[in-house]
Formats: sequence, structure tokens, C-alpha cells
Amino acid sequence: MTFSTTAPTAERGPAGATAPDVLLDVRDLRTYFHVMDGTVRAVDGVSFSIRRGQTLGVVGESGCGKSVTALSIMRLLDIPPAEIVSGEILFDGRDLLHLSDEEMRHVRGNDVAMIFQEPMTSLNPVFTVGDQIAEAVVLHQHLSRKDAWDKAIESIKAVGINNPERRVKQYPHELSGGMRQRVMIAMALSCDPKLLIADEPTTALDVTIQAQILELIRKVQDETGAALMLITHDLGVVAETVHDVVVMYAGRVVETGSVDGVLLAPKHPYTEGLLTSIPSKGMRGQRLNVIKGTVPNPFNMPEGCNFEPRCPYAFAPCTVHDPRIEDANPPDVACWLYTPAPGSPIPPRARTRPAGRPS
Amino acid sequence: MTDQTTVGGLAPAGDPGAAQPTADFEVALESLNQWQLAWRRYKRHRLALIGGGIFLFMIVLAIIGPIIWPFDRLAVRSDLPGPQGFSPLQDPPFGSDGAGRSVWRLVANGARLSMLIGLTTMLISVTIGTVVGAIAGYFGGRIDNILMRLVDLFLSIPLLFVVLVAARFFGGGELVPLIAIFGILLWPGLARLVRALFLSLREQEFVQAARAVGVGDFRIAFRHILPNALGPIIVTATLLVANAIILEAFVSYLNFGLKAQDVSWGNALSNAQSRMSVGNWWWPFFPGFFIALTVISINFMGDGLRDALDPRSRE
Amino acid sequence: MTEVQAPAGEPRTAAEPGAAGEPLIEVEDLVKYYPIVGGILRRKIGDVKAVDGVSFEVRRGEVFGLVGESGCGKSTLGKTLIRLQPPTGGRATIAGENIFAKSGRDLKRLRRRMQIIFQDPVGSLNPRMPISDIIGEGLLAQADAQNGWRSRRVRDKRVEDSLEAVGLRRDYTRRYPHEFSGGQRQRIGIARALALNPEFVVCDEPVSALDVSIQSQILNLLLDLRREFNLTYLFIAHNLSVVQYISDRVGVMYLGKLVEMAGVDELYANPRHPYTVALLSAVPDPDPRIRKKRLVLTGDVPSPAAPPSGCRFHTRCWLYERLNRPENCVTDDPAFRDIGGGHRVACHWAEEIPENLVAQAVPTLDEASPAAVMSPPVSAQAGAAASPSNDGVAVGVEPEPGGPAHPVPPTRPVPPTGPVVDPRS
Repeated sequence: MTFSTTAPTAERGPAGATAPDVLLDVRDLRTYFHVMDGTVRAVDGVSFSIRRGQTLGVVGESGCGKSVTALSIMRLLDIPPAEIVSGEILFDGRDLLHLSDEEMRHVRGNDVAMIFQEPMTSLNPVFTVGDQIAEAVVLHQHLSRKDAWDKAIESIKAVGINNPERRVKQYPHELSGGMRQRVMIAMALSCDPKLLIADEPTTALDVTIQAQILELIRKVQDETGAALMLITHDLGVVAETVHDVVVMYAGRVVETGSVDGVLLAPKHPYTEGLLTSIPSKGMRGQRLNVIKGTVPNPFNMPEGCNFEPRCPYAFAPCTVHDPRIEDANPPDVACWLYTPAPGSPIPPRARTRPAGRPS
Repeated sequence: MTDQTTVGGLAPAGDPGAAQPTADFEVALESLNQWQLAWRRYKRHRLALIGGGIFLFMIVLAIIGPIIWPFDRLAVRSDLPGPQGFSPLQDPPFGSDGAGRSVWRLVANGARLSMLIGLTTMLISVTIGTVVGAIAGYFGGRIDNILMRLVDLFLSIPLLFVVLVAARFFGGGELVPLIAIFGILLWPGLARLVRALFLSLREQEFVQAARAVGVGDFRIAFRHILPNALGPIIVTATLLVANAIILEAFVSYLNFGLKAQDVSWGNALSNAQSRMSVGNWWWPFFPGFFIALTVISINFMGDGLRDALDPRSRE
Repeated sequence: MTEVQAPAGEPRTAAEPGAAGEPLIEVEDLVKYYPIVGGILRRKIGDVKAVDGVSFEVRRGEVFGLVGESGCGKSTLGKTLIRLQPPTGGRATIAGENIFAKSGRDLKRLRRRMQIIFQDPVGSLNPRMPISDIIGEGLLAQADAQNGWRSRRVRDKRVEDSLEAVGLRRDYTRRYPHEFSGGQRQRIGIARALALNPEFVVCDEPVSALDVSIQSQILNLLLDLRREFNLTYLFIAHNLSVVQYISDRVGVMYLGKLVEMAGVDELYANPRHPYTVALLSAVPDPDPRIRKKRLVLTGDVPSPAAPPSGCRFHTRCWLYERLNRPENCVTDDPAFRDIGGGHRVACHWAEEIPENLVAQAVPTLDEASPAAVMSPPVSAQAGAAASPSNDGVAVGVEPEPGGPAHPVPPTRPVPPTGPVVDPRS
């Protein structure tokens, strides 16, 4: 992970130096949704980067903005109601947010490909699997129809589907869920992208099928050298698949680091809460730890730290000041327990309050 | 209205020995019931709001129009400027017919019969359609099969032809038989819709949950499924009102509908036809305009309701 | 709740392996087929064998976990058992009463004793009903002269009691489902099941649709309620860690049949069916230090309309391949036999599974999972215990007694050792 250590993002010009091995560098991305009840800051100043060939896990619960981040990178959001308010998405040095629609179409598929949670809705039910892969290939690689069809068969074989000559002629509904996800992966890989974004690719699948798909993703990544951005809520999947982790909460990155560092020695109270609330063998007979409460109402975010109302370690500055990960040194956690808050030093021990906040 | 409440379930009365379950934090959205929410969504639909206003106006006109502006069929004026009657400039607002009777009074009085036909027809069709559709969808199997074949039968009838024949033979120019004929012919589409809604809602978990606590079939059908099907039913019902008004105009225009002396928009059009040749455009225009206005406003309302009554949309 | 019976004996903890007494639910050879109709004449052309001959018992007071992949029939089994689906065959009793023989009024009465909690917190609550009706409806349906539930006042009281029992506020009764978060909705669903004071509750994937942090709240609640109201659960889930946490005994289903059943510790430490071994090895562990030898199953689950001959698992079985395809796997349906200590398994070759292979596939990093190593942060329930008021007065909290060492940097703030009053209050 390469986080700029100088704090305010505004100071980092568009030409801000990006290390050559960094493939994707997202800086201070803000994506808002304008809906009837007001504005939802779905992604509110998110920065992270992915190095070539590496795997980044983006973890968080539903509504934390992880999928919107991915869709912003792909520029697949409906505008309006969505609006990318600010930020830079530097892919290979180019800012995707400044590309024309035509150029972006070229990037999608050729350079960046995405696979979704529900493969059934991502495949067109009235075309055969082979048609859909071949179409993508023709569109992006300007091959002849015949060559594209061969490429489709080849890529289906590559994702471990038996009898590819027969499978390419089948329709999506004739395939099982795991098979469809393989087809989606085949489709995504057919144009040799440099970055693969996988949004909860195994959430809809059974655990034995999930194991197959994760195995497959690892294998193709090894073979193609593509970088992977894996979005998931499952910390188990993260532990097995990724190199680096970004933990998101309420539209922000709250913690980042190597997978071992984050999962074995979490810093942010939210990450710690997530890890300790997973039932495990050692927990039998004990009450599970819980993160009290629920995520904040997007129309009524807390004034200080977004996590403060649920945080067991919250102390005075947390209700007033909003911790930003950019301000931390090193910039790996957004929490006043690690960065001195304005006007108050890091407390020797955190003061705790019980559930409920005086209003 | 968003209230941030504290942890629930920690009432002091709780058994001190038992570990109290830890409650969620309350993230209460605004506490509106579904009808308030629906109204909020409806209000954002400008055309639907205008449509609703016009529709209300028509209802009010139908109620008080004949009282304030009574229409006397026999009041023939002698100072007619010609066979075309008074123009809207000579006899505001809408001019007069060939006998010098005010077209505005004609329209105001016609509203009553037309709206009455529209609304009662809708009520009859909705009742039949909902009951048939609900029974077919809820019980399924043989009953469903029989009822749906009946619906197919009704839908395969050439509607306009049958309406005309039935109106001539059973209508006799009377209001009640005409409404009955319309009502009986317009329900099958709705029955199909209701059946489809029931079929899908029947499998919902909240219906299974009701069954699991021992709630009976009748209550499940009418307390659980029907309220959730109400949105689409109401939308269809508004369109049925529009359909019935047009249908009345159609049969009356062809002289198959109400007696010539009854004042309805359809009859007004029919009577006007004979005088069109003399340049009397305002006589057919205004009743026709009111029919069109009512139907369009109802269609706008239907559109607005469709969005407003969908509980999933918070847009 | 108003009519809580005195707890039978000592309150039990989740750790206590199915020590409970007599069987409450006994299921014998339960079969549930769904006809496949086809052709112009809509004739029956086959059966989907959703549940195909399942026998087990659930003892009073225990949590019986049922795991399996989607389509294995576990949900159908639960719903058939409490008569939400008509059974095709078999026998089931609750405390000796024949569940499948009841109808009409008797069936309705029986429903008081067995309830269900659904998976989907959105779909399981009628969006057009206020909470009072959602929870009170069962009371109205079950009202009779003895229980006094015909009185609106009695019902309202009971509804409020149920809300309180699941950790919601008593005054929520006039609200509608859309005003609640997913976890709260799930609590409402639990309150509905509890209102009738059942003995047996089928929990059909009750936490699968919830986020991790909410999931643990609901699991804690279910265990609390079990103790408080003497409940017996059939806990259906596909998440193996959740089932391990909450269950006393566990059954594993594959394609409509139970393939293995044992006490939870025995099953997770010493799985004897090749499917269970593969299933356990496939679960990703959040501890990056755990490296499993994964037994990746090939292919997909076959269609329950045409299950494979012999052992249903042989088409995907790694042991079958390893043993060079023994013939009886294809020809004989293995018996669900007891291999000692109530551990039952439906595999001809269960004894052939190499111990070291199991140890690699299902490793246990002793007490080293992050949850065990890290001291849980001052938990909300501890806070609740320390503060009897719910008005947000700041009260310090005791840390977990004897919290183990932190593997974290020394800069980490630790919870205070004594009550510390928030300076702002």
C-alpha cells in the first residue's frame, strides 16, 4: 500500500508521483448519491493503491461503500443519482475520471474487468455463453469472428470447465451457479486485463464451490499476472486470498495494511470488533463479542468519528473531531487512539462509555 | 424527526439474573406509515398531482354541477342567431347548442352520469376481479384452472362488439343495466393480475410465518396478501375508470347507450354530431374535451400511484 | 414474558454438549418429494427428492445444528417438520405427539409448541402491518377461553413483553417494519415466534442475511432466549462456524440425506464422512496463520431429481477416487450407522479416512485463532450489565477478567481497570 504521507489530499497535484509498480492509485475518491431524503456520501474520501500483480482485499459490511468504490473505478454508476464529486483514479498513470466515454469503454474489458456477485444477472439470458465471450473479444481485440470463438473456447477451458466445445453453446440458465461464475471469470479474463475487480465473487456460492472459485482466481492470477481487487465481507476469504487489506466503514477507509498485520493485530476498534465477533471454536460457551448498535444513518452521520457511537474505546475528541487516515503516521488507521487529536494527546488508556450516548 | 434512541431492552423490570440481550442501536428512519410515505412519493410526481387535481375537480363537478347549473332540456331559446346556436363568445363560457341551451350546463350535468358510470363500473370490476383472482391465486390447482379458463373465455370475446350487442338487448337505455354490462365485461384483466400477485405473495416468508402461528386461510388472504397487492390493484382500478368513461361515450355516441334524453358526455357528443356541418364546433368539442381531460388525468394519477405505492422505492 | 415456566434444572451453557434429557423431537424416515409436472397434459413426470428418508432426534433443551449446501434439503426438512409443507412420508413427533397426523384445530393447537425463525429479515415481516399486529397475530389466531388472548389488552402486554425479551423497546409496537434495521427486523421475527411460548423453534438460516457484527448480536440473543425460555432449537445454516458455535449436536446433509451426525466437538474434530471433511476443509479461516490442505471437491451437486445411484456423494467423493473406486459406493446406498458414541455416518469406507489427512484438512491452531488470542474489547453486554439504566449515563466497565495477552503493539490502549466516569457527564 502506498499512502501519501503528506496529509491534505488537495496538495497532491494530478502529477503526484506514483511509484512505477503501482497499477491503480485511487486518491480521495468521493462518490455521493443525491436521493429524495438528501445526499448519501457513499464513498467519502477513499484512497488506496494496488501494485501490479498484487491482490488487494476491500473489506466491510453492507453499505460501507466498497461496491460503490469499485463501480466508481469502472465508471459504471448511473449519474445522476450518483455523482463522483472529487478524487483521482490513476490507472497506469492515466486518470480514469478524465477519460471520454469512448476511451473508458476501451479501458473496461481491455485493461480493467469486473466480476459480480450474482453471475446470473450479469449474463444475458438470451445469448449462449460462447456468444457473449466472443462478443467481448471482438469488441476489444478486433479479432475475426472465428478467432474470437476459438478464444472463447480457450478461455472457458482455462477456467476449468470440462467439455468447453459443448459448454460454449449453452445458455446461462443451463449452467449451475459455480459454472456461471467461472464463465464470468472467463469473460473477464478473455481480454487479458491488467486489473480484475471481483465484487463478492463467492458470496452467492456454496462453500465447496467457493473453494473452487477462489482456487481458480488464484491460479489465473498467477498465470496472467493481473492485479486483483477483491471486495468481500468475509474475512476468511480475505485471509486466504489477498496480500493487502483495506477496511472500510461508512464510506471511509478506517484501516489498511498487510493481511497478516490487519487480521492478527488490528488497530482500529472496528476491525477488532469484526474479528472478535466471528464465532469460532474457541468461543463456544462464551457470549460472542458484539459491536453494539448498527451502522449510522447515512443522512445523519455522527459529527466526529463515524464509528464513535459504536466504539468501546471512544473518548472525548471522538465525538468532536473526525479522524482521517491521511493524518496518521504511518497512514494506516483512522483513529484518535493512534494519532493525537487536535488539542488532546493520545490517551494513556482509553476511557470507555457504555452503550448509549447522551443526546 | 429522526430520533436517536438509546439501547432498548434494558428495562429495570428485567430479571437481574438473566443476561439481557444487547439491543441494536436505534437508527430510526422517519416514522411514517406506508400511506404517508406513499403520499410523499406521489407529491413528487408533478403530472400525477395535476391529474389528481383535475380528477377531484371532475368529482366535485359531478356532485354540485347539476345543482348549481341545472340543465333544462325543454328550455329552447327563441333569439337564436342561426342553426348553429350561440358561439362561446356570444354565450360564455362554452356557447350553446342548436336550441340555445348552454353547453357548459350540458357538460356540468353530463359529468354526473359519466363519472358515476366510470366509478361504479370500476367498483364492480375490481370486486369481481379481485375475488376471482384471489381465489385462483391463493388456492391454485383445480380451482385456479377452472377460473382462469373462464377468464380466458372473457378475454377472447371481442369486447366492443359484445358491449354494443349487450347494450342494445339488455341495456334498454337504462343506467343500471349499462353499468352492469360494463362491470361484467371489464374484470378479467384485473383477475389475471390479482392471481399473479397472489401466486407470488403466497410464497413470501411473512405468509409462511402467519401460517406457522396458525392464522387461517381467509385472514391470510385478506390481511396479509391483499394489502400487499393493493398498489397494482389501485393503479389498474384508476385505468378502469378511464376505460368505462370512454366505453360509455363510445356506446352512447353510437346510440346504443343511454336514452337520448339522459345528459352524459357520450350523449352530448352523439347529439352534437348532427350539427357539426353547420360550423357548430363548440358543441362536440367541450364534452369531448372533458372526456379527454378526465381520462388523461386518471392516467397520470395511475402513473403516480404506481410509483408511490411501490414500497421498495424510496426514491 | 408472562408465562415462563420455571427453568428445568440448572441453566445450561452453550458449551455443555447435548447433555439434555429426553428427546423432544423424533423424526423417522422423513420424506418430502416435490412432483415435477411437464408436458401438455401437465402430468407428473418425476420427483424432486428434496428430503429422502431422514431420521434424527432433537433432545429437549439442546441446539441441533443442520448444515449442508444449498439445495441439500435442510430448509425443506425444517419446514416440513413443523407442517409448513405437507410431508410425503415418514413420522415425526413432538413430546410423543404425532405431528404429521394432526389437522384442523389440533394442528393449530400444535403450532403453539413449534415455531420458526426465517432467514430473510425483509421478506419475513409483512410490510403493511405494524409490529403489534405482526407479533400479536399468532396470539389472536390461538386465542381461547383459557389463555385470555381474546382481550386486546392481554395481547398488547404480551407483544410488549416479547419485544422486551428480544432487546427492543416496548413502545415500538406502532411502527412498521421498514423503520427498522436488518438486525432489529430479525429480532421482531424472533419475538413473533416467542410470543406463543413454544418449546421448539426451527431457526432457518437466521443469521445468514446479516452482517457479521449484527450476526453475533442475534446469536447471543438466541442463546440467551434458549436459557430463559427453555427452548429447543433446530438450527439450520450453511455457515459451519456459526453452527459450531451454537450447536450441541450437528447433522450434515447432502442431497436430501443425513450423511453424518455427532456431537459438535466430535464432528468438527473427527469428521468421518468424506463430504464433511471436504466441507470443513473448504471453510476459509480468518486467521492467516492457518494453512489448510484443502480437499477441493470437483463438479457441482447433482440434481435432487436424479440423485446418483448407491452413495449419493460418490460422484464428487475424493475418498472414492483415493480407494480406486470401490464398487459398493456405486451400487449400495450406505447405511447410516453408528461408529461409536452416537457418532453416525453414512459411508461404507468411513474407517479408511487417514487420520493425518483429516488433521491437515481440518487444522486446529490451538487457542490461536484471533478471537481467542485477542482480548475482546469491552463488550456491549458487559456495559449493559454494569449499567442498569438505559439513559446513556456514562459508567465505567470492568475489563474481561483475565484477558489474555495482546499480540498487538504496546501502544495499544487497554480498557480501564476500574470504573472511569466519562468526564463530560
